[in-house]
Amino acid sequence: MEKQSSGSDSPVLPAIPNRKPRTLGVNPGSRQESVDSLDSPTGSHVEWCKQLIAATISSQISGVVPPEAAARECKVFRDVQKQMQTDEVPLVPGESVRTTAKDVMYICPFTGAVTGTLTVTDYKLYFVSVERDPPFVLDVNLGAISRLETISVQSHGENTQGVEIVCKDMRSPRFAYKMEDQSKQEIVGMLTKYAFPLSNDLPLFAYQYKEEYPVDGWKVYDPVAEYKRQGLPNESWTISKINSNYEVCDTYPALLVIPTSIQEDELKRVASFRAKHRIPVLSWIHPETQATIVRCSQPLVGPSDRRCKEDERYLQTIMDANAQSHKLTIFDARQSTVAETNKAKDGGYENENFYSNVELNFLEIPNIHVMRESLRKMKEVVYPTIDEMRWHSAIDATHWLEYIRLLLAGAVRIADKLESSKSSVVVHCSDGWDRTAQLTSLAMLMLDSHYRTLRGFQVLLEKEWISFGHKFASRVGHGDENHANSERSPLFVQFIDCVWQMMRQFPSAFEFNELFLITILDHLYSCLFGTFLYNSEKERVEKEVYSKTVSLWSYINSQLEDFSNPFYVDYENHVLYPLASLRHLELWVSYYVRWNPRMRPQMPVHQNLKELLFLRAELQKRVEELQREVSSSHSLSSSSEHTSSPSHGGTPLHTTV
Amino acid sequence: MLSLGSGGPKPAKPSFVSYVTPGEINSEKDSSKKVEHLDLLPGEVVFCSATPVLRYTQDDLSQRGVFGTLLCTNFRVSFISDESPQEEVAQHFKNRLYGENDIPLSCVDQIYGVYDEKKKLITGGQVKNKYPSKIIFHCRDLRVFQFCLTYAKEEDGRRIFQGVVRHCLEPKSLKCVFAFSYSVPAKPVLQENQRTVMFESLEDWHQEMRRTKGDCKPIRDNEAFEISHRLPKYFIVPAAVETEDLSKCEGKGIPIWCWSHHSGCALFKMASVPLGQEDTMSQSHMERMLHAVAQNYLYSVKTEDLTETLPTLQDIQQSYNKFKQFFLIDNTMDFWLSDVKWFSSLENSGWLDMIRQCLRKAMEVVECLEKENTNVLIMEEGGSDLCCVVSSLVQIMLDPYFRTMVGFQSLVQKEWVSGCHQFLDRSNHLHQKEKECQSPVFLLFLECVWQLVQQHSPAFQFSETYLTVLSDSIHVPIFSTFLFNSAHHKASVLQAESPRSQNEVLTCPPVWDWSVQFDCKAQDFFINPLYAEKNKPDKTQRKTHKPKHQRQLSLPSSAFKTPPKKGFFKEETESLKKMLRMRRVSRWLVSPDSPQASTREFYESWQRKPLDYHGVLLPCLDGPAMRVWMQRYLRWIPELQIFGGGAIAVTNRLAELQGEVVQLRRELDRQGRRENKPDNHRPLALSRSSVRLSSSFPFASNRNWSFKPVIPNSRLHSIDVTDNLANQEDEATEAFTVV
Repeated sequence: MEKQSSGSDSPVLPAIPNRKPRTLGVNPGSRQESVDSLDSPTGSHVEWCKQLIAATISSQISGVVPPEAAARECKVFRDVQKQMQTDEVPLVPGESVRTTAKDVMYICPFTGAVTGTLTVTDYKLYFVSVERDPPFVLDVNLGAISRLETISVQSHGENTQGVEIVCKDMRSPRFAYKMEDQSKQEIVGMLTKYAFPLSNDLPLFAYQYKEEYPVDGWKVYDPVAEYKRQGLPNESWTISKINSNYEVCDTYPALLVIPTSIQEDELKRVASFRAKHRIPVLSWIHPETQATIVRCSQPLVGPSDRRCKEDERYLQTIMDANAQSHKLTIFDARQSTVAETNKAKDGGYENENFYSNVELNFLEIPNIHVMRESLRKMKEVVYPTIDEMRWHSAIDATHWLEYIRLLLAGAVRIADKLESSKSSVVVHCSDGWDRTAQLTSLAMLMLDSHYRTLRGFQVLLEKEWISFGHKFASRVGHGDENHANSERSPLFVQFIDCVWQMMRQFPSAFEFNELFLITILDHLYSCLFGTFLYNSEKERVEKEVYSKTVSLWSYINSQLEDFSNPFYVDYENHVLYPLASLRHLELWVSYYVRWNPRMRPQMPVHQNLKELLFLRAELQKRVEELQREVSSSHSLSSSSEHTSSPSHGGTPLHTTV
Repeated sequence: MLSLGSGGPKPAKPSFVSYVTPGEINSEKDSSKKVEHLDLLPGEVVFCSATPVLRYTQDDLSQRGVFGTLLCTNFRVSFISDESPQEEVAQHFKNRLYGENDIPLSCVDQIYGVYDEKKKLITGGQVKNKYPSKIIFHCRDLRVFQFCLTYAKEEDGRRIFQGVVRHCLEPKSLKCVFAFSYSVPAKPVLQENQRTVMFESLEDWHQEMRRTKGDCKPIRDNEAFEISHRLPKYFIVPAAVETEDLSKCEGKGIPIWCWSHHSGCALFKMASVPLGQEDTMSQSHMERMLHAVAQNYLYSVKTEDLTETLPTLQDIQQSYNKFKQFFLIDNTMDFWLSDVKWFSSLENSGWLDMIRQCLRKAMEVVECLEKENTNVLIMEEGGSDLCCVVSSLVQIMLDPYFRTMVGFQSLVQKEWVSGCHQFLDRSNHLHQKEKECQSPVFLLFLECVWQLVQQHSPAFQFSETYLTVLSDSIHVPIFSTFLFNSAHHKASVLQAESPRSQNEVLTCPPVWDWSVQFDCKAQDFFINPLYAEKNKPDKTQRKTHKPKHQRQLSLPSSAFKTPPKKGFFKEETESLKKMLRMRRVSRWLVSPDSPQASTREFYESWQRKPLDYHGVLLPCLDGPAMRVWMQRYLRWIPELQIFGGGAIAVTNRLAELQGEVVQLRRELDRQGRRENKPDNHRPLALSRSSVRLSSSFPFASNRNWSFKPVIPNSRLHSIDVTDNLANQEDEATEAFTVV
């Protein structure tokens, strides 16, 4: 943080893009310096207590100020007067302060304890300390809080309270303060209330947020327009309104693309044969071969190998809709053993004997619980400190990248089936809203360059994830205090990680940049926007999300410049196959380890490119000018000095114009 | 008869299946005709050849291949394909000395023979009557070649096998190295202003000392190597070192000046004199030397014995041997098997940790010079291995000049070539038996530089491709840079050679004459398009804001500054300590704290300052920041080519933009002068083609990449999730929601 602010005093350069993700509405200039700590409360409790006592004894919290510090304090006091402006908590429209407590100590694992003022609003926790120059700021969106742990320590006859804020975004800041006045006693209460509004009969903050943006993000995704872009409807596929009241399937969107020839009663029977009534519907169609990606949930074959003629015919129809191939490939994302277990519980998988010309493949991807556990282990590895000697084996032990590899490999196989074998694929897992969404959207990202643009990616998320009922509310646990809920799982984070891995392998194939992905993940938790709230389109309609909240895309599309990749080259119709090898996968340090100041990226490479783009624009302008007045004699001796510089391959980027 | 491959993996391959019927093999093809195809270098002689030989394409398990001729010359092992070269994919990066199917003899790392499906490591020195059906080459530049010999006539097969083994694996004399047969007309010297400083003349040393504002004493007493064979003709020592000190310990124990910091303090290196015994002579010598180092600047001195704090040469060699195996992959199956264990095996090899240790040591020295302004003396047994690594790294971190291409090359000349690094022994080109000599020390240095380059790319004028090519060039037996153990060695060898070649001068170019290997266009890839060049016109001059020679003024404060609370330089021997305490010139730091903590602190305070690409540069050493040099290690592995991706996509876009900027500037210039001279310089024109390049570009560029994706071997059951989480009902809400 300090580095950033001091780094920005080079006036010649165009504005330096933020090094760190900027969270909207929160102190846009400089973002927090922050921390995390061990996630498991039991294991780290002892250590935390010791830390707390040590902090209490050693520091300013006890009011005994060493003379040296007192002298500094005076200076600080003057600064405070000056800085009253900066001291104020920046608020987003609709946000209000709930409590403010002074003399709170933030125990930063990177830079040591620091004392300042803690403010809790209905949207965020904001800590600022003027002890350091520039002022130390930490802010945490309350939506990112997973759990609050409090601890009390008696020391010197006083009651010191410690609060650990365990966050979903890989940090756990710790605070310590004395329970001396009202404002401090309120902290935990306020935090609990506004971090978990749904558990406290309060609305999510998105309903209070009042910012107005020039563009309306809710208009980004129009299913009819998207299907039209894909060339739908056509003779084999139709855009059906059969689910317009969410009666066929309450977790599916209102508009579905299904085979033209399917009758309504057949469809209903298919629905009853598929888990949660999630029938096979089209996600994407290949513009040339008409091969399709179809998604659904598992068939309810059960232990007795039940059959459903309509379901079999339905898949036959999907296969027939693509004249290029006489095969249909089903990718079951699950581990085959798990699929077998599911069969005993009335679920199961398609029997190749009953479905003609169908080939079934298991992608062997573990379930949401395994993924949750994996990310939890990862937090232990990256927080608060990194054991550099054992870094690689520690990362190995989390298996996180191994799962990323599995997902990418699965998606590559799907994309390859469409592209090379020209055959249609059906993708499902158990319910078809977690791994299925991951796989179909990754495959679509590989196959269709439109989804690699800023707008296209938004459409992809709106379509494959949001409208098709990825259970964001359950997986993230928005506003819910029940942190141990086993429904929670970072499946969407995992997907975005896969996208990041693809971006790393193809640095110029995506129109958006890393900040875009990080911003999406920050607002997955923040509850500032309505985009990721609730489990299904049906719920969103009921809760009036579209009219009462703001879309994340409103914010993003109002400042596209920040989120675009300057290296972007349109790959047009190129299919991108990322390499699903661990040698090419890497931990997404700038997301998972971003709170560690040592891991902050240096000056981004983009900086140079932006300068270059700027330079080119300038030069172009000047050439044009010159061409206009080419007849008149002109002395341009000054510029010729530059042009005579040796240009052995590389040209200096920083030469002044 | 044959030694068994050291744990060489058994070939998990299906038996050989030919896609060609024997009738199709045109065994009558004259091999001599083939030889004509090969563009022999001047002085190159073909030893033997065999045809037809099948070269397996590496890409899959299908055992498919290309027929052709395998030759062995005094320079390389070469394969010439029968297939008429298809329409050459525009090759941007062709090496003039050897092609993609050539292996310079000293580039051969290991040879395996496959006998009855068993892969065995071949070692030199034994008579081999039975030749293998298949021969596998592992190259030092990490290429892998597999040839099937069963189609050739038996005698040809045996001859080529024996020839290859003899010339690649068996001990030979330096005279047999191709450099001594290679004869090309001497070229004009490199451009004057862009010249790499060779440090072969006294003037070069003077100039370097002037450049760094150093104040030491140049020594020319070793012009005929009277003082030592392990020292260059010219070098610089502290002013207080007397002439008689120089010849005391056979060239050991002399502090050699490396570089002066703008504050006046300097870095020295030294071949340490074995102490410990009651050898009063050498002890008093050491005391005097230390005093010389210290008093010269009236600064305190820190000494560091690298032998004790850094890995040994054997450690380095062993670690690298483990590490390189991850990239020398015979087939797809092995690849995916090793992929699963990738991160752990990477850590087990310890190679990244070796790199980290060197970088950390260099950072510690930087801290002394930059923050504490003390003189630093690094020592090690020979004074020409890790001393070279550390001193060069320190200079790169502190002095932006060494981050330019010419500066970097001059640095290698100064520290490594003049510093008498034993290139020949360390690379073991001659296959001498004493394996202890062999150690990839210079490569380790390049690895460290690469880490800096990838962390602070805009600070370097050269690209990672440059470093990769430099690392390959070590094994091209032509360059004087890498052929000798010391200046004396070079001089004596060249002198011995000269009578024979009275009329033709022995051409032994330094590696820095890149035109020997690459044309101008290819050399463009050596330049980092992101280099943030200094605006100042003369970039060779280091910025020297601080007034020089203020040490006399600041004597009391800087010389007897209180030591900081933490330190990392280990205690010296008692006698030295006592002596130095007495003379009050030194600060011996007893370090209770871990060295890591201190460097960490130093790094953090540096990191908080605004980044200046022309100032001090420090590497981040945390786990995630240390990476594998992908370009060098992954470029030949077909499974790992990202088609249409990789860093080249970015570089390409930048080059494209720069090209446009250059064009625009020229246009401006032309119009300004109202000339109509046509413009024929086309900057790096790969425009819009990045979609068709692979991540290994510019290497392996003329291979045909398939559009088929690489799909991990499905036979591998990658993960065994043993805990019961995996068996939990995964998405059944009712069962698991805790209410």
